[in-house]
Amino acid sequence: MTSTTIQITTLNQSTPPDRGWRLFLRSIRARAYPRIVGQTREKLWIFFETFLPFMATVGYVFVYRAIQAPEDYVGFVVIGGAMTAFWLNVIWMMASQLYWEKSSGNLPLYIIAPNSLMSILLGMAVGGLLATLLRAGAIIILGTLLFNIQFQVTGFLELSAVFTLTMAALYGLGMMLASIFLLFGREAWQIAEALREPVYFVSGFYFPVRALGFPVALAASVLPMTLGLDAMRQLSFSNGPLLGFLTVNLEIGVLAGLTVLFGIGAKFALEVVERKAIEEGTLTDRNR
Amino acid sequence: MSDNLAIAVEHVGRIYKIRGAKRGEPTERVALRDINLEVPRGEFFGLLGPNGAGKSTLIKILTTLLAPTTGRALVAGYDVIKQANEVRPRINMVSGGESSGYGLLTVRENLWMFAQFYGLDTRTAHARIDEMLGIVGLSDRANTKISDLSTGLRQKMNIVRGFITDPEVVFLDEPTLGLDVGASRDIRTFVRAWMAGRPDRTLLITTHYMAEADELCDRIAIINAGAVMACDTPSALKRGLKAEAVYQLEVTPLKPGSDGALQNLPGVRSLTHTPLDGRAALQVILSGDDALGSLISEVGAHGGSLLNLQKREATLEDVFVSVVGLSMSEAERSEA
Repeated sequence: MTSTTIQITTLNQSTPPDRGWRLFLRSIRARAYPRIVGQTREKLWIFFETFLPFMATVGYVFVYRAIQAPEDYVGFVVIGGAMTAFWLNVIWMMASQLYWEKSSGNLPLYIIAPNSLMSILLGMAVGGLLATLLRAGAIIILGTLLFNIQFQVTGFLELSAVFTLTMAALYGLGMMLASIFLLFGREAWQIAEALREPVYFVSGFYFPVRALGFPVALAASVLPMTLGLDAMRQLSFSNGPLLGFLTVNLEIGVLAGLTVLFGIGAKFALEVVERKAIEEGTLTDRNR
Repeated sequence: MSDNLAIAVEHVGRIYKIRGAKRGEPTERVALRDINLEVPRGEFFGLLGPNGAGKSTLIKILTTLLAPTTGRALVAGYDVIKQANEVRPRINMVSGGESSGYGLLTVRENLWMFAQFYGLDTRTAHARIDEMLGIVGLSDRANTKISDLSTGLRQKMNIVRGFITDPEVVFLDEPTLGLDVGASRDIRTFVRAWMAGRPDRTLLITTHYMAEADELCDRIAIINAGAVMACDTPSALKRGLKAEAVYQLEVTPLKPGSDGALQNLPGVRSLTHTPLDGRAALQVILSGDDALGSLISEVGAHGGSLLNLQKREATLEDVFVSVVGLSMSEAERSEA
């Protein structure tokens, strides 16, 4: 190719590029795309992220059946197993994403683009949520069919609200952690990894959180999965309300509060990251 | 700042804090000191300097990624810190050795994604992707996952990414770093064609390849140790050495410590000594031909015999040596 023979057309200025909210939404969709499409291209991920949480679920089902626990406990475990997929997605993918973006050299390109970094983070969250929804759904369907779980949903609207708020709060937490992990690097990631099993325990992934006692359950309620799981179980099984920690309405209120809190926290943390990146020049340097 | 300027850099300095410095070690590193530059719209401007000279730091400042410690910088008429939101839609950047994008996505998908971040609608984005992939010879790889691309092909994709939004000012940071001759040539051809079709667009390239800077740039700033040492057109920079004589000597190995004595000879402006297998190469800039005799005598006094002597036209490498006092590789070693 020679420069005299090639001509590159200029961008048609009669349709100017989107700015403002349209750019914000366009960026969310674009950044969600790799997450969703990536799932179909890496079959091994589907196996690990569906099969492994399901194996843990099956283990607890056998334990509960062996000790002749009420049958609703089996349903509790299956829902807990499905929600594990979201928690793993938040910790493994969402929280460490900005750190990976730095390593791959994408982060400077995200910062210099005219869209906001918040739209990039939201895109990661939306993509991760949608991709994980399929895996969580697969765990629930498999568990229901294999263990003959009897759901008794008392309020679909409330259940939808609880699930939506739980996801919003959870991915808000993930967005906030993404900035914190970028600031503190591997140390933060290692702490999160070390806390993985304790979080399963205190959030009551495989048993009603009420069993831990009020103070522990209350402290664990700062994690959106704790109250989200508890409310979903109360709304899906006949014995659910008897084993619930707080009333569903109160849990919905707290989840809404956590959504706002983590949303603001994520925005604040991201602003700190961007300011620090520009002041110090280290956060966008992939070699540091 | 004049409306005609695409880039204005006014007394910009940048100091990095060194974390974890032990007692007695420096706690700061000066990356840029009092840089002043003006790049008019439509200019292909080059920053030429060794690794560690401060080129990338300056690009980071101009692309809103880094705040200057002192001074201010304007791009497309806007302050890069106070008006970053005005600067960003108008610029783009491509770096050498860049591994941006997602390996699981195809070339087309990656380019589409980055185009979305600049607000291009999908139809426009795909039309631009098709056109530009065709120009860089990547059309047949549009649906290849980028994890399957070679370094050269991936950098061509990065180049398309940088230009797809038709930015007012493009920053290329060592864009041909580590590429083979063919891929480097294709990238140079592409950027030249882009500039040729857009008299109002501006391109700033950093490189430590002299020939690349000479071939592409309207003007060049030679930067070393964070300071601009010279700034002019390549031909004017070389013309500046016209009164001087540039010689290349090949001699038998010299005794250790001879460099200082040779450099201090009257009429020797600069000298670089490169030991080769069983001989040594001397690149010398003399204030005039009459200094050659004493130089050759001094070579003999230090155990060297003249094997070959060539007078040649000044190159940018000679300009660099004349301005900085070291060759590019020596400057890199001293920086390290």
